[in-house]
Amino acid sequence: MPIEVNVILIVDCGSTTTKAILVERIGEEYRLQVRGEAPTTVEIPFEDVTMGVRNAISEVEELSGRKLMDSRGIITPAQGRRGTDLFLATSSAGGGLQMMVAGVVKKMTAESAQRAALGAGAIVMDTMAVDDGRLTFQKIERIRQLRPDMILVAGGIDGGTVSHVVEIAEILAASDPKPRLGTGYKLPVIYCGNASARDEVGALLADKTDLRFLPNIRPVLEKEELGPAREEIHSLFMGHVMAQAPGYKDLLAWTHAPIMPTPAAVGKIIQTLAREQDINIIGVDIGGATTDIFSVFDQKFHRTVSANLGMSYSVCNVLVETGTDNILRWLPFSIEAADLKNRIRNKMIRPTTIPHTLEDLLIEQAIAREALALAFSHHKTLAVGLRGIQRQRTIGEAFQQSSGEESLVDMNDLELIVGSGGTLSHAPRRVQSAMMLIDGFQPQAITRLAVDSIFMMPHLGALSDIHPRGATQVFEKDCLIPLGTVLAPRGRGRSGEKCLWGKVDWPGGSAEVDLSWGDIQLIAGQGPFKLDLHPHLAADIGAGRGRGLRREVAGGVCGLFLDCRGRPLLLAEEEHQRVRQLLRWYKQVDMYPMQVEGVL
Amino acid sequence: MSDAYLPGLTVSPLTTVSKTRRLPIKGQVRVSLGQKVEPNTVVAETTLPGRPHMVAASNLLNIEPGEVPQAMVRKIGDRVQTGEVIARYTSFFGLFKGQCQSPATGVVEHISAVTGQVVIRESPTPVVVKAYISGVVTRVLPGEGVEVEATAALIQGIFGIGGEGSGKLAMAVQNPGEVLTSRHIKAQHRGCILVGGSLVTATALRRAEQVGARGVICGGILDKDLSDYLGYEIGLAITGHEDIPLSVVVTEGFGEMSMAEKTFALLQSLEGMEASINGSTQIRAGVLRPEIVVPREGKGNVQETAATGLEIGSRVRLIRNPWFGKLGKVTALPVELQRIESEARVRVVEVELDEGRTVTVPRANVEIL
Repeated sequence: MPIEVNVILIVDCGSTTTKAILVERIGEEYRLQVRGEAPTTVEIPFEDVTMGVRNAISEVEELSGRKLMDSRGIITPAQGRRGTDLFLATSSAGGGLQMMVAGVVKKMTAESAQRAALGAGAIVMDTMAVDDGRLTFQKIERIRQLRPDMILVAGGIDGGTVSHVVEIAEILAASDPKPRLGTGYKLPVIYCGNASARDEVGALLADKTDLRFLPNIRPVLEKEELGPAREEIHSLFMGHVMAQAPGYKDLLAWTHAPIMPTPAAVGKIIQTLAREQDINIIGVDIGGATTDIFSVFDQKFHRTVSANLGMSYSVCNVLVETGTDNILRWLPFSIEAADLKNRIRNKMIRPTTIPHTLEDLLIEQAIAREALALAFSHHKTLAVGLRGIQRQRTIGEAFQQSSGEESLVDMNDLELIVGSGGTLSHAPRRVQSAMMLIDGFQPQAITRLAVDSIFMMPHLGALSDIHPRGATQVFEKDCLIPLGTVLAPRGRGRSGEKCLWGKVDWPGGSAEVDLSWGDIQLIAGQGPFKLDLHPHLAADIGAGRGRGLRREVAGGVCGLFLDCRGRPLLLAEEEHQRVRQLLRWYKQVDMYPMQVEGVL
Repeated sequence: MSDAYLPGLTVSPLTTVSKTRRLPIKGQVRVSLGQKVEPNTVVAETTLPGRPHMVAASNLLNIEPGEVPQAMVRKIGDRVQTGEVIARYTSFFGLFKGQCQSPATGVVEHISAVTGQVVIRESPTPVVVKAYISGVVTRVLPGEGVEVEATAALIQGIFGIGGEGSGKLAMAVQNPGEVLTSRHIKAQHRGCILVGGSLVTATALRRAEQVGARGVICGGILDKDLSDYLGYEIGLAITGHEDIPLSVVVTEGFGEMSMAEKTFALLQSLEGMEASINGSTQIRAGVLRPEIVVPREGKGNVQETAATGLEIGSRVRLIRNPWFGKLGKVTALPVELQRIESEARVRVVEVELDEGRTVTVPRANVEIL
């Protein structure tokens, strides 16, 4: 890699599309120049990822006028209008990185193993533990069915009892697990449990698997060391999984740094953003097959992946998990449940189609809200502190009878939600993206909203490792589109009763606010907005129940949302009432083209 | 993407079909290069390690795990029968006794002095891979499997359920718009692959199963009929492992949809011939569509579908509302992005529908026939 980097080319090989971006230095600043995309070619009949990469890059070449490839591969370094100084890649093609994890206690070491795998960008196919409620033969059957890319085994603290973690190793040895890709190599197993059990674990697994020993991820109960396990997962992902995937050896030869799993790259950029702005943040990437949620609260990073919640391949699973009624509740028109199901199934079997009619768009955005809510609820259950450790409780906690195992995700402390993925990045109106995020996550008090403009967070995550300055500049200037801020009083009141009043000022304008429970108002503009607002006695807008707030907040392409619909947000049960309610909300924020007054 | 449309599925009267038949783990190949094979010919076989049974010997004998190896009356590698005593413990001159029996017939694989567990492994399970289609072995993958090639008619569906099967093609309806109901299915359809029209009902599927049919091909299926027949709702588009005795291939989609005339006519022309059918569908990480393969005499390939891309005059089907299922031909391919009803700005195509009017739709929402 040249010392002075002026031109950067990055590709992300997704499960359906390969996306390439070109970043160039203009003066002292790195900026996105163009983006190209092409279908991913990991599968039959092409079976060579580099074909899709070449196609995406050739689109970049056409749009930028810069020659980037020749018959041997990527041209480096950049000279004039030829070549690039840096070429990086991320990949989730072929189903991404699929892992199984195991530990002794489900809510302790197994949970740590799960966090290590998720943080490294994996889809966790199953989490096994001695106390997971399944009988031994059920665990064995399950392992024999699964064909993961690798297995991570944790369990026990260093110097503790060895028998439980050896029991896990015995179950694995008895199951004789096989890898997903390739028939001729052994399944990688990473052991990061009690160091005293290594001899026994080695005797059981060394012959049957490609066993690696790492330091314990829970050396003592009070400490979790996920770093070495995550690094080993990345290295195995490169060396084993990617080496088995068609065409990756060539791609590896072209790149200046190891290929990173796409979700790991997105996680990196989210963490960078949280660190640099010193904020609590939630990032979401809603894709065709999976929905990934990333959170950083008090500098603690968590990632979860809902492997079967997505907007195309897995769209029917959203329907199965949430139920037809929960999708129908967001639609301000009548549609037969059977018709809705047939439409959703047709989207599943033809995943690249896009909504043409307004009705189809509304259905898709209704599904997205439910997918976001389900994935977020899953995230909250996993984003918890270390369990099994002694903690001192305050007198307040003792009175609240709290278990001390609450989720680290606290909506009152959340400062920014970043949305990504086709449904959020490409919604015809940005206000639709904002409302999907608001309805899916139901932020409380004051929260900023943003979307990834053209889905380039993976690219910038990969870049942030190699060239942090370039990654940050492109992220802030070209990637992140601020949608605005949402102010949502926590609590609920009677519909029609006064909820929020006061004044909002911004450069060149001001507005009186007088909102009732059940209303939402959008004050459009880039802001900054100076708030002087007072909530209902039962409501909290960030200053305490019933207390007023004076504060400045940012605007964005949408502006300031004053959301008095209540938390939790409840929709009317009765259909006509609910339709009227939805139409009112959609009109209040100008979400959809209202073709006829009151009817979409 | 410059050509953001979904390519059509293959419907070819004559093409070269090549199938890789691979074992899940290494084994032995049972056929040789150039050998003719039938759908049921075993081309490769192997054994999967038998099911393991873990016996908590130390708990059963009420002893410490470290004492288990001494208590064993059968050693690692010994064959044991179900109910046979594998460990015995006595103390205080026989006053306290305990014994532990094997829960299965198999081999003692492991005895642990750490956990006190004993692993009994059942006999290996044989796994065979069959040829699936009639054809010739064109490549041998040593220890893994073979490639079988045939000149055949190939019809890909959009969605299916059920795994691989084979049987004679039988037309159960008269035209592509006819609904396949249970009254169309007769006892003589045993062992056949039935061709329906616009829809197959759940009762028809059950009737097909009852008479012993091997498969059903139809234009559409209702979501409720599919769930009704299977007894559960499919969440993910990964099928083929359903526990059903027949394979179903849907050619057009969910809802009542006439089978494409070209597909129906081709199937009609192949009536009475032996066909292979596979309902397995995977629309993620390696698109796999269900198919019907009918080996037949002939030479060369009749090229079909999306090889050339979308052009003026291309015959297409609209695959999304508001004109879902309609057929027509391309009359214009505007270069500029256009705003559609949802307000999205996308690349579009103008299509003159068979019913006369011309409509503009996103390119992503048409399928070349």
